[in-house]
Amino acid sequence: MSSQGYAFADVADVQERLRETGYLADEAIATTVFLADRLGKPLLVEGPAGVGKTELAKALTTAVGAELIRLQCYEGLDEARALYEWNYKKQLLRIQAGASLAPEAVAGVAGAAGADRAAGESAGLATWRETHDDIFSEEFLLSRPLLTAIRRSEPTVLLIDETDKADVEVEGLLLEVLSDFQVTIPELGTLKATRRPFVILTSNATRELSEALKRRCLYLNLDYPSAAREKEIVLSRVPELGERMAESLVRIVRSLRAMELKKAPSIAETIDWGQTVLALGFDTMDDAAVTSTLGVVLKHASDQARAISQLKLGAN
Amino acid sequence: MNLLDRTVAFTAALRRANVPVSSAETVDAVRAVGAVGWADREAVRAAFAATMCKRPLYRNAFDSLFDLYFPPRIGDGVALGDSGETSGSGQSADGANGPAPELTPQELEALRRAMRDQLRDALLDGDDDRLRDLARRSVTAFGAAQNGPGQRSYFIYRVLRAMSPETLIADLLAAMLGEEERGGLGERIARQTISDRIKAFEDMISSEVRRRMAEERGIEAVERSAVKPLADQVDFLRASQRDLVELRRQVYPLARRLATRLTAKRRLGRTGRLDFRRTVRASLATGGVPLETKHRPHKPHKPELVVLCDVSGSVASFAHFTLMLTHALREQFSKVRAFAFIDTTDEVTRFLRGLDLGDMMARIASEADLVWFDGHSDYGHAIDVFAEKYPDAVGPRTSLLILGDARNNYRATSAAVFRRLCGQARHSYWLNPEPRSYWGSGDSATGAYADFVDEMVECRNVEQLQHFIERLLPT
Repeated sequence: MSSQGYAFADVADVQERLRETGYLADEAIATTVFLADRLGKPLLVEGPAGVGKTELAKALTTAVGAELIRLQCYEGLDEARALYEWNYKKQLLRIQAGASLAPEAVAGVAGAAGADRAAGESAGLATWRETHDDIFSEEFLLSRPLLTAIRRSEPTVLLIDETDKADVEVEGLLLEVLSDFQVTIPELGTLKATRRPFVILTSNATRELSEALKRRCLYLNLDYPSAAREKEIVLSRVPELGERMAESLVRIVRSLRAMELKKAPSIAETIDWGQTVLALGFDTMDDAAVTSTLGVVLKHASDQARAISQLKLGAN
Repeated sequence: MNLLDRTVAFTAALRRANVPVSSAETVDAVRAVGAVGWADREAVRAAFAATMCKRPLYRNAFDSLFDLYFPPRIGDGVALGDSGETSGSGQSADGANGPAPELTPQELEALRRAMRDQLRDALLDGDDDRLRDLARRSVTAFGAAQNGPGQRSYFIYRVLRAMSPETLIADLLAAMLGEEERGGLGERIARQTISDRIKAFEDMISSEVRRRMAEERGIEAVERSAVKPLADQVDFLRASQRDLVELRRQVYPLARRLATRLTAKRRLGRTGRLDFRRTVRASLATGGVPLETKHRPHKPHKPELVVLCDVSGSVASFAHFTLMLTHALREQFSKVRAFAFIDTTDEVTRFLRGLDLGDMMARIASEADLVWFDGHSDYGHAIDVFAEKYPDAVGPRTSLLILGDARNNYRATSAAVFRRLCGQARHSYWLNPEPRSYWGSGDSATGAYADFVDEMVECRNVEQLQHFIERLLPT
């Protein structure tokens, strides 16, 4: 555990400080964040797209005054992109520079007498050993997000975004980093974190993450917010919308989510919708307003058709 | 029993409900509660959920068990262990202590009226804390029945009859809509909101009743009935309407998960021939030395899939779900054709293509030609018709998938035709939604068919279906 104490005093403190950054957390979210801080464990946030998983990490960064280091996962992400890489171009240059220097040096010595050849060889060997030690030093190490986060001495939030998109091997890579906060580089040894970063992993659950990874994390299932909280969120982002409109907007969005849709509207889309109806100057959410702006929240033709028929839009 | 023992008992109960909890996670849970303290029940719940409940699938079981093992109150709920509860406890005085059995009918009626008024306000605001408080008090007042000395039972329907939240809908609508015009979008949405809240209230009542029963009879007795099976283990044939809606909602995420896993597996498999151009291109970075060879990916073999499914009565929900899933996975196959039958067969591929899969089954039932004689399953005739009408459907590249319980009403099986069909296909599988032990009993004709297909697979729930589909698709 880090020696500099904890970032938050209690659950209410988490809630309060997240609110200051504009993120409205409910009690479950605040408690889990608080625990992640107290137990020094990574936090795995899972939930449908657009419920504010990444947003939580950003808000947290601001709340604790840290810097955000982000590792965006994608198919084919590997060690070289996530952890570290040797800068082989620079290494090649170094070797070539060494090689072009060495013959002259050796020729200078060997030119005097043939007996000195053995000395010349040993000099070449020493040069190589030197070069070898040299090219596997910090200077040639390219630090990628995971290593960077571990080596920082200032407060850091490490966001590993969309973990489910990465391949299974990447999870194996994460295990060492997340359980011991250390990275082993064969040529340099094990680098241990001087100050534990606050780690947040997000996942859309397109695939099940491995048990081993989940065991090392605290788990937060982020779902769509309650009506009251969503209304508050909409109002905090689009205050001009007004209490009444926000309420009916949220109500409609919630009934849309209750349908069997391919893609349920996200919080971000609710906010977009609020901005849209505001910009278009609607003052009630009536049939016309909803029908003409439905595309903001529903992005599949079949979803729109279904919503229109179930809400009986355009019937009267 | 102290709180630590209680926690351990709770983890044991979670494991009994098929929620995997490792010992390390139990330790984490205890440390987590140590950090938040026992004072606030919801914080304790969040702490346990964060450490022990790591799939959304487990959440229902987790919540039911948490309510059983860590009830907010004991008995009638006279503020025992109530320190964390802030809202509602002020008003609870009028309902919680009073309704002992000696209330006269008039008093009881007055109490009922008062509580209905409170319920209306709470439903209007959508205030969950107040609703929960009301649920607790209404169970105390109206749910109990004495059966035998010192033994009480609680009934959900008694509470619901007394409170009858449905009769409040008109009032609530009026209050919620205000001066807004009726009949418009506003009203429909409001109606839905109200019915959602009423449903939430009913759920609260049933969990409160469960808690009381647990106190009367001991937790273990209630645990079995209280915890619903995990969604991927719900039996297709016994699924309730609500379960089915939930299952259908899972089709797309499930298909997406399966597809990702399959592509991942494929990529991991052997790579194909050397890609000369890309290898040379990559070697430029290392000064012309080809340190890494690049290979062309293997072309995956995509099978053709023909699904022949029984859509009669009880099996329909299983067929529906499986059709939706195979359709959602259609990119993994080179071609998907679907045929449905009851006592005769018709092609239903065109319904799969429709925009809205939710209504698929209704349209299949009304538009496809599935009934020939009496509308009871007739596998023999259905197979004959299939072979005759669509002779080109099953070819050497086809995987034939038959969905059904093989309950043939003691009719002819057309086993010879079926055998020929299976011989033509590359693979043939039969998915049976009945438990294996029922096969061959009564009018089940599994015996006549099982030998001809490559395998007859028991497929009672989503978990088994998922395993099967994974096997079916080539890696």
